[in-house]
This record gives sequence, C-alpha cells and structure tokens, in this order.
Amino acid sequence: MNIVVLVKQVPDTYSERKLSSGDHTLDRDATDAVLDEIDERAVESALQLKEANDGSEVTVVAMGPDRATDAIRKALSMGADKAVHLSDEALHGSCAVQTTKALAKVIGTLGEVDLILAGNEASDGRIGAIPAMVADVLGLPSLTHARELTVDGSTVTVRRETDDGVTVLSTELPAVVSVNEKINEPRYPSFKGIMAAKKKPVTTLTLADAGIDASEVGLASALTTVTSSQPKPPKSGGEKVEDEGDGGAKIAQFLVGQKLI
Amino acid sequence: MAEVLVLVDHLDGEIKKSTFELLTAARALGEPSAVVVGPAGSAGKLSEGLKAHGAAKIYIAETDSSDFLTPQVSVLASLVESKDPAAVLIGVSADGKEIAGRLAIKTNSALLGDVVGVSPEGGTHSVFGGAFIAEAKANTGHPVFTLRPGSVEVEQADGAGAEETVEVPAASGRSATVQSREPVTGGDRPELTEASVIVSGGRGVGSAEQFSVVEGLADSLGAAVGASRAAVDSGFYPHQFQVGQTGKTVSPQLYIALGISGAIQHRAGMQTSKTIIAVNKDPEAPIFEIADFGVVGDLFKVAPQLQEEVTKRKN
Repeated sequence: MNIVVLVKQVPDTYSERKLSSGDHTLDRDATDAVLDEIDERAVESALQLKEANDGSEVTVVAMGPDRATDAIRKALSMGADKAVHLSDEALHGSCAVQTTKALAKVIGTLGEVDLILAGNEASDGRIGAIPAMVADVLGLPSLTHARELTVDGSTVTVRRETDDGVTVLSTELPAVVSVNEKINEPRYPSFKGIMAAKKKPVTTLTLADAGIDASEVGLASALTTVTSSQPKPPKSGGEKVEDEGDGGAKIAQFLVGQKLI
Repeated sequence: MAEVLVLVDHLDGEIKKSTFELLTAARALGEPSAVVVGPAGSAGKLSEGLKAHGAAKIYIAETDSSDFLTPQVSVLASLVESKDPAAVLIGVSADGKEIAGRLAIKTNSALLGDVVGVSPEGGTHSVFGGAFIAEAKANTGHPVFTLRPGSVEVEQADGAGAEETVEVPAASGRSATVQSREPVTGGDRPELTEASVIVSGGRGVGSAEQFSVVEGLADSLGAAVGASRAAVDSGFYPHQFQVGQTGKTVSPQLYIALGISGAIQHRAGMQTSKTIIAVNKDPEAPIFEIADFGVVGDLFKVAPQLQEEVTKRKN
C-alpha cells in the first residue's frame, strides 16, 4: 500500500500562543513548535498498516515554514519512509480553502496513492475539516474521526466516534481517513529510528515544483482576511478566601449575589 | 432582504438548540431560510420550531441515501447556486465542520470556521481558547460560517416558514457509505458544549470514585460535568468530558473548577466562561488568577457544603 500521512507543525499547547500584530497570522517565533499530537496517531496508524501489508510505503506530507522539518523528522523517526515538504514564502497567510488545494496538488505529485491519513483536527486551528476538504478536491471519499480503522483488501472501514455518536463507514480505496485521539498510542521513536530518520529522503517543494500558481495561495488572494486581532485583556482574579469551614456557603452567597442560583 | 441559509441539525424529530442559535444569528445578515436534509417525513415535526425562531423559508430535501454527509453538501451547494444567499450558517459539530468545509470547496466560498459572532462585515473568532479575539472578513460571496454553540442567546421571532421541496442532486465524486449509526442518547446531564453551568474536576479529585463529589454538585445545579486533562490522563473521567485545548472549548454562564490547578492547556478551554469559581488547596494555583471567586481549601469539604446550600435554596 502506498500511504500518505498529512502532518502539521503547531505551537505547543503547553506554551503561550500569540498572533502577530502586523498581519494577524500565527506568531510562529513566539512559541515552541511540535508535531501535532493527533498527527503522531495518524503516523502510528500508517505504520501499523505498513507492518501488516508487505511492500507498503509511508510518505509524510507537510506544508509550512522551514522549521516544520523538525515535525517531519519526528514522523520519520517513528518509522515513516520519506517526506515531502511544501515550503514557500508565498504560502504565508493562506486560508483553509487555499491550503486544502495546495495539499491536494502536493498529493498529486506522489503518483498512485491508496490511503491518505491525517489527524481529525489541528490543535491550532478550529476548521477541523481539512481532511474531508482534501478528499473533496481529490474526488475521494472521506472517513473521518476514526477510532478504529481496518483495511481488508481494497475495502476500508472506519468506526467514526464523535460527541454525537458512532457511525460505521466504509468505502473502496483510495480514500482519505482522519483519526481521533482514541485510535492508538503512538510509539516513541527509538534511538535507531532517530538515527535512521536523519538519512531518510525529505523532498522540499516550492510552489512551482508542486505546480501551484502563486496567485492561488497566500495572504493577498486568501478567501478570508483577518482584519484585526487583539489579545483579550486577561481576566483578573476576583475575591479569594481561605476555607474556614464555611467555604461552600460563601460560594453560595457569591452565586446568589450574582443571581446565578 | 437577502436570504441566509441555515442548516438544521436534527435528530428523531428534535431540533438541536444550536440550530436556534444559528437562526437568531442569521437575522443579523438577512432573512433566515432553514434547510432540512433527512429521511422522508423529517420536516413535518420540525417546521413549528423553525417558524418560531424566524425561518422565513424552509427548504426540505428528503433522501434515503447512505452517502455520508454528501446529501447535505450537495443540497446546500445547489441552493447556494440557485438562491445566491448572503451567507450559509452551520453549527460547530464534527458533522457541521465537515459539511461546511466541503461546501466551501464546492462553491469556492470563504470559510469562516468556529466563529463566536457574525455580522455583515464578517465573523469574530476567539483564538487560542479566548486569549485572542480576531475579526475576519470574507472576500467571496456566500461565505460559509460555522458558529460555536453557546455563542449566541436564542431569541424567538415569527417566521413565515414557507415550505419548498428541493431535490438532492446526484453526487459528483465517490462518498463513504454509512453502514450503521448509533447516536449518543445523552444521559440526564446537559451536553458540555450546550450547558449554561459546568462543574469540572481535576487531578485534585484524586480518583474515579471520588468524581462522585463533582457529579453530585453538578446535579444539584443541573450542570454538565467536565474534567481537566490531568484528571482524564489519570483515568478519573472519560475523555469526552475533557475541557481544554485538546478537549472541548466551553463558555458557560458559570464554571466551577474543583481541584484544577489551571494550566494554560485547561484555561484555553474555559477562560471565556462568564463567571468562574475555583476551589483548590494550593493558594498559588493559577486558576485563582482568572477566578471571580476562589476558595483555598479542601474540595471534599467545600463542594458538598455548596451542594447542600444549593439544594436548600431550591426547596
């Protein structure tokens, strides 16, 4: 099987995240950057499928600035075979629709692909639909929020678990599958894996390499524009009291005062 | 006045509250038209509720298709083409986000995802768990918005609710096939993202059994139960109740944090709550920095006492 995993480098959710004051995009320099946790699970799923299907290959695809290489290396050190990194200054500020179309173009450079895997939702954006959108651009079915994933011959079946319930979905390959946080526990890269990852091929594509016209991406032609952004004034702490045996009653009093009970 | 398409989220003849929020929000942009996609006979039970919330038109697309979400996307796409609406509003949910994203691709529309407010100028985003507020505008016609549940106060309004049957167009690409569906039949407690009061427990709760203290207080208040990542990772409470960056983002009227230190991870999911109450043993816990009222003490003493007071007041 030829498996592609879409990964994203995101600001560490344990660090404080900021927007740049100039163009209201993510201030990537202000934060620690990591491979998004959910993407590690997508890589793990890909590796499990590879291990079960001889002759499979796992290709990591990422779009982002130069330093996204760190996230790519992490995926390679877990065991992915190779990577393609779409990196071009002109991509800065691309909106969700532009990003989707660019990713689809990159996938298009990879030849016959059987399965495209991704995390269900990045931790630094709330669109939560890029995998399904990529599938639509490619004309492929999307099976999203997979808690379980099985590939049997050319049929892929997914147990989709969301807050609204469980749906069992199936289709024929090729297809796009996004995984949720319960699908597996991603492996830790071994020392051997980390060393091997340094030698694995990472192809860096510019827009031209991927066949993307510069007018299709970037801040200037984005379908949405952020017109202003401002840090919300931090909520300041209110009253704090020591419990002297009447803590619960004091909260009740406060809530009554606020007309909350 | 321009039409605004609102996708109706419904299950077993019941309209989800988020749909009423969309109908309310839509009125700021134009005249709301409700779009019902579902099996034959679904619309009949829904029209009254939709009319009572200002739906001027109700488009009804009946289908028995087992194509996953594709009927919704196709129906909306064809309505976008034929009606040229001012905007399309869809509620934030796993399905809603996906329908919105696919629709934006199909109609080449601006996608303003997870907004907390809409206006003729665009949408308001609450970014990084409310640490930033950003205003965004659409550079295309018929932008697609997904609205976060709980962002808008529902207001009733009379709508004509003129019904119009629409065809479900044939799908252009391949779709996943739905083999089976088991919707969550919610327990007695409200849904976390829809609740106006939430009581959450953290590492300080200490064990799965002791979460009954959190649940007890929640039930006295008619609240939803939440948990911090630390509590979920320790196995005290299931992941679906996790509040925080890697869990749910909530914005209730009242949020009570029990034994939660208030790491950035957690605050990102709840700091836009209107009123925050914190109970923690550690006076230095960062949760107190954002709490409107904090008690430094043992949650196992404070929470039951609060529960007792609440119950007393109810009777």
